[in-house]
Amino acid sequence: MSAVIPMSGLQAVPATGVESLAWLLVVIPLLSAGVLLLAGRAADRWGHWLGLAASAVAFVVGALVFFSVLGHGAEERARSVAGFSWVPAGTFQVDAGLLVDPLSLSFVLLITFVGTLIHVYSVEYMAHDVDRRRFFAYLNLFIAAMLLLVLADSYLLLYVGWEGVGLASYLLIGFWNHRIEYAVAAKKAFVVNRVGDFGLSLAIMAMFVSFGSVQFDDVLSGAAGASETWLTVIGLLLLLAACGKSAQFPLQSWLGDAMAGPTPVSALIHAATMVTAGVYLVIRSGPIFEGAPAATLAVAVVGAITLLYGAIVGAAKDDIKKALAASTMSQIGYMMLAAGLGPIGYVFAIFHLLTHGFFKAGMFLGAGSVMHGMNDETDMRRFGGLRRVMMLTWVTFGLGWLAIIGVPPFSGFFSKDEIIHAAFEGEGLRPWVLGTITVIGAGITAFYMSRLFFMTFHGRKRWHDGTVAPEPHPHESPVLMVAPMVVLAIGSAALGPVLYYTGALESWLEPVFTAPPELEPVVNLDLVTAVTLLVIVAGVALAFLMYLRRDVPVVAPRGNALTRAARADLYQDDVNDIAFVTTGTAFVRGMGEVDDDLVSRGAVGGVTRSIRAAGAGLSRLQTGFVRSYALSMFAGVALVVGALLITQI
Amino acid sequence: MDLMNWVYLSVVLFTIGGATVLVRRNAIVVFMGVELMLNSANLAFVTFARMHGDLDGQTVALFVMLVAAAEVVIGLAIIMAIFRARRSASVDDANLLKY
Repeated sequence: MSAVIPMSGLQAVPATGVESLAWLLVVIPLLSAGVLLLAGRAADRWGHWLGLAASAVAFVVGALVFFSVLGHGAEERARSVAGFSWVPAGTFQVDAGLLVDPLSLSFVLLITFVGTLIHVYSVEYMAHDVDRRRFFAYLNLFIAAMLLLVLADSYLLLYVGWEGVGLASYLLIGFWNHRIEYAVAAKKAFVVNRVGDFGLSLAIMAMFVSFGSVQFDDVLSGAAGASETWLTVIGLLLLLAACGKSAQFPLQSWLGDAMAGPTPVSALIHAATMVTAGVYLVIRSGPIFEGAPAATLAVAVVGAITLLYGAIVGAAKDDIKKALAASTMSQIGYMMLAAGLGPIGYVFAIFHLLTHGFFKAGMFLGAGSVMHGMNDETDMRRFGGLRRVMMLTWVTFGLGWLAIIGVPPFSGFFSKDEIIHAAFEGEGLRPWVLGTITVIGAGITAFYMSRLFFMTFHGRKRWHDGTVAPEPHPHESPVLMVAPMVVLAIGSAALGPVLYYTGALESWLEPVFTAPPELEPVVNLDLVTAVTLLVIVAGVALAFLMYLRRDVPVVAPRGNALTRAARADLYQDDVNDIAFVTTGTAFVRGMGEVDDDLVSRGAVGGVTRSIRAAGAGLSRLQTGFVRSYALSMFAGVALVVGALLITQI
Repeated sequence: MDLMNWVYLSVVLFTIGGATVLVRRNAIVVFMGVELMLNSANLAFVTFARMHGDLDGQTVALFVMLVAAAEVVIGLAIIMAIFRARRSASVDDANLLKY
């Protein structure tokens, strides 16, 4: 099956050799998950090692495929791996196959590499949990679904992976579902995601209506000739899907609560991989968005709103994981904004996605390490002064901190700077608005991440004052937990500069996308970088003054209106409550009453009553006298015979 | 002799049988009325066979006799059972199956 990959003009050639083993990427973790779930308690002793091995083997396969693809010329790097005929229904044919191209391979490497590190970490982190085997089964299930999502060659198969990661996310958020609020958080994530999934399913239907196919190559090559109305509809529906999965405004409310899951889950699913699926979806659907400027602008606007929203919320949270979650939201806002800039931003979105995958996963693991040493305390006002007792965590977390706030020469500086530059390119008012937002976002990011860092590792030891019982004895985490943090920290520091200075990522991804139009920046980009760095320094300095020079109270002060609003997620839950939950409940209750009054008692009841009355009347004919029955039979026969005679004559 | 007379006879017998079924209470007599109706029908069949000069009607008459014999066995058995249970052969007394 040869197919034109239209984003690129790249011809997807049938995969040969090791590339045709790409199915193993999905199958191995899936099999492992099945074994772990079915084997039950018998697998408790070795289950986590099997899960780790499955993830590691997937990484090895991914790397082999990567090097094999790398061996081809730039024009031949899209390889299609044939699968099977999946939905043969008349004119509607969907084949399940995999598309191995630079874009999907970038994700495969990120998912399997970070995934494997987090498996290693979890072996130790979950060591005292009786359900560690089940945890690894879910992690493997997630890896399989996520790889299917990025490797699928049709929207329908992508949808399977999309739902699979949603399921894994649900299972893992609610992993400790004996705590009722954790179970509620899992349900909330599931329900909010469902709204986005609804958008994706509608988008797939709209594609079928307008293109007659849901394969990537048909849809994306057909996008050039399709009407703008359809493309806008599909684009907005895809954006809805992306908002749900990537926790973008207005569907972001689930991510903070999703921190109920074990910390490795937050690192893998809710920071590095699953929440970036929305960005993948938008970028993969590039040709659709290129034909629909309105939808593209909507993507950028959603990204810009979320990037500020997450940053503001993150600046007020005292729960270390929730602050990191808000930060994830904000950073994905950056990626969305970049994806909403059109082809010019795609590479930078992926660039930031990769570096973010490293530094944010690293910081989540650091947070897990801190919690591990602090009796699972998450309130940063109860931390402080942990630098001396957790040296390695401090160093690795510090590298992640420097990377995310965008200090050169760490990873985040390069990827974020590229997005800020791209945002300033174009004409009219748009680059000014978007560019300014990205710069302000960088400043707030510097503030809240520094706040988090200082509150946790520096200042007074606020866990030591005898008010916390049992008093924690913070200590450095075991080697299996620290090692992944070290690797991720090295990535946080080095990935950005390496990819930037070698230009490897651009030359690797460039053939996948259409060439971006040449746009002039509205201001001097060096000036932008300088201003951004100044803003970042200001943010760090502010955090320094507020949270390091001044003592941090153990009980949060009341704060001003903005702080209180941000602490409550800018009242997103209340808005949802009023707009959807309350009205929805009222609507359902009203429908119930209508049902009771009109349907149950009215229509259905009326029919019942009249039939019962008719039956009662008719039953009077059953007198029990045989002779009257015989008479009626005679009368009937006479009537029939009479009628026959009349019609015959 | 005009064959139509046999038809008239069969109509008369059928009417007598029908009236017996409708007006008599004794189950045995009602049963006899039924038999009379069957035999009047047989008479009509045989007559028509004669009129048309073929054997179809006679064949049917044979079948009716056969079926009537079976019916008598079952019908009398039912009447016996009802009589034993209710000490009465009146069809009006067997009126439990009603609203």
